[in-house]
Amino acid sequence: MSETKIYSRPESWMKEVHTHYCPGCGHGIAHRLICELIDEFGIQDKTISMAPVGCAAMMYDYIDIDYVEAPHGRAPAVATGIKRVYPEKIVFTYQGDGDLASIGMAEIIHAANRGENITVIFINNAIYGMTGGQMAPTTLIGQKATTCPLGRDPQLAGYPIRMCELLASLETPSYIERVSVARPKYTIKAKEALKKGFRYQMDKKGFSFIEVLSSCPTNWGLTPIKSFEWQLENMVPYYPLGIFKDFE
Amino acid sequence: MAKGRIEVSEDYCKSCGLCVAACPVKVLRISDRINMKGHRPVEQYKEGCIGCGMCAISCPDAAIEVYRISEE
Amino acid sequence: MTKVLMKGSEAIAEAAIQAGCTHFFGYPITPQNEIPEYMSAHLPEHGGIYIQGESEVASINMVLGAAATGCQVMTSSSSPGISLMSEGISYLAGSELPCVIVNVMRGGPGLGGILPSQADYLQATKGGGNGDYNLMVFAPGNLQEAVDLVQSAWDYAFKYRNPVMILADGFMGQMMEPVEIKEHKTDRGNVESWALGYYKERGNKRSLIKSMNLTPELLEEHNIHLQEKYAAMKKEETMFELVNLDDAELVIASYGTSARIAKTAISHLRNEGYKVGMVRPITLFPFPYEAFDRIPASTKHILDIEMNMGQMIDDVKIATACKYPVSFFGHCGGLAPSVEEIEAECKKILG
Ligand SMILES: Cc1ncc(C[n+]2csc(CCOP(=O)(O)OP(=O)(O)O)c2C)c(N)n1
Ligand code: SF4
Ligand code: SF4
Ligand code: SF4
Ligand SMILES: [Mg+2]
Repeated sequence: MSETKIYSRPESWMKEVHTHYCPGCGHGIAHRLICELIDEFGIQDKTISMAPVGCAAMMYDYIDIDYVEAPHGRAPAVATGIKRVYPEKIVFTYQGDGDLASIGMAEIIHAANRGENITVIFINNAIYGMTGGQMAPTTLIGQKATTCPLGRDPQLAGYPIRMCELLASLETPSYIERVSVARPKYTIKAKEALKKGFRYQMDKKGFSFIEVLSSCPTNWGLTPIKSFEWQLENMVPYYPLGIFKDFE
Repeated sequence: MAKGRIEVSEDYCKSCGLCVAACPVKVLRISDRINMKGHRPVEQYKEGCIGCGMCAISCPDAAIEVYRISEE
Repeated sequence: MTKVLMKGSEAIAEAAIQAGCTHFFGYPITPQNEIPEYMSAHLPEHGGIYIQGESEVASINMVLGAAATGCQVMTSSSSPGISLMSEGISYLAGSELPCVIVNVMRGGPGLGGILPSQADYLQATKGGGNGDYNLMVFAPGNLQEAVDLVQSAWDYAFKYRNPVMILADGFMGQMMEPVEIKEHKTDRGNVESWALGYYKERGNKRSLIKSMNLTPELLEEHNIHLQEKYAAMKKEETMFELVNLDDAELVIASYGTSARIAKTAISHLRNEGYKVGMVRPITLFPFPYEAFDRIPASTKHILDIEMNMGQMIDDVKIATACKYPVSFFGHCGGLAPSVEEIEAECKKILG
């Protein structure tokens, strides 16, 4: 009888740390996939990331690579500064929907439009997690949040923004895909997409954008399992999974 | 059927249950124990793990490691 | 290199390149457009990179990213643009990142005007962004000084790991003057020990650059550390010029372009027998309080002259411990006090 280890806690995941994320939060899954890819590519010593403002503000406590903190929404600009100094390093941003699609809308659009050779990981949980569940630009119509207690009203707040579709209307970006981490079968695809995003950067193919449909069990008021069910039933129809742009 | 085994780092587990839901052969459950963070860690409570890794892929806290066992 | 006749903005840009600036990020705004224009044309010739950000907000954050790698990065803007940059400037100071920011001031508040002004003294020296932080702020009095200060700015920025601001005004940007731009070797110190991108060199230890700390005791400790830096700047780095101070009965306090105008007035007044001198702060932060200790016993009055509504007057009062009456004279909105006006004001005070 022999044994092969087929899954290990990633090497680039900080030793002996407990994340501050709520039980079952999608942020942890996305972090884990990033760590797995950093290990698989062997790029721990040359990957640089920015901590966003949002629940992932302290992600540098979990992923053992070079980190700089970016102001709310500004990570794509900060990444531009870094990548223009270090074209050979791997630079990625990791941003929530409030961070990227609200306060940081200008920075993400223009980084995409310049074709910065970076990888952007966009965590869409349809809510402002960190500040306690306020409405996000991605909050669904009718979805309740602490600043739309009766549910999002399009008359008042407009319709939720689909970032992949918006960015895909630009000429420059190379790769845009929306994925989910709601079930293992989706998570496997999510990892493939992230891998492609990193691969393209290494091959100097330009701007990659991967939107990850995540969850916020705490502010959605659902269990972790029910949260992912809710995501598949409500978010996926509005935010369809798939590739929106691929230079290939 | 392939055979496998898992190791749970109980102190990392937050009892979210995502792995329990993901396991195709339903060998996992939330235990009665309490870990150092106050969560009830997951446990394999019966034989039959096939070493598919679905639990590990689901885990937001990288609390599960998976081994595949071959008979030779 | 010998002296060449150059326009202010271009001299500032060329001086920066000669001091080793490799990255420039900025957004157009009058009256400083010649700086980014010059950089876009000439920085690439030296292997550097110029990028026009989509806003001042983006530009300062590009600066933040580049600064975190320990390279020599710079931006320039004018008053409303600096206001937009304030968020990033606070983060740069909190994260202890070196960079050089040029503010070619125009009249405010709000959109104000596009003509020269010194309306951002308080914003530059007392904050602008949130939190307890200070920039080093240099106020050149002529073009040669501007060139020299821009060149040494990175030495200070790296020595203290702090942003340095060159506070100029539209006159300085537009004036033509003979200047000598020397090659300048910047001392960046031990960048490897803190900057991004040296994971291997540091023995597989990552770099973490941030301003956030949710543990109050640690955040306080960080603030105390920042204050210690500012205290060291106050002790070591003040710069000022004293003009005809020895027997002065009236002492002018002024900086930048207004000091330059005052200097001409002083020479006229001296010819007429009026005992007028001047203290000209060159560093506005750290403020050269000790320069005011040199004011002689003969002094009866201090006159603060600025192109604003008197923003430096409180610092002058602190510096002189209210031992003398301090009054203000100046113009704002794009107007500068004339030599004649200053002479008349001095004569009025001296009776
Ligand atoms: C300039 C500024 N405005 C507001 C905030 C407060 N703030 C912190 S996190 C956050 C929302 C983050 O939401 P999101 O990006 O969706 O991240 P999540 O927490 O959901 O992962 C806000 C508004 C801030 N830190 N800075
Ligand atoms: S608040 Fe929401 S997004 Fe933030 S950690 Fe908790 S579950 Fe995750
Ligand atoms: S490896 Fe597969 S079978 Fe074994 S516990 Fe995990 S999910 Fe269940
Ligand atoms: S997925 Fe991870 S954290 Fe959640 S119950 Fe399973 S082992 Fe615990
Ligand atoms: Mg969110």
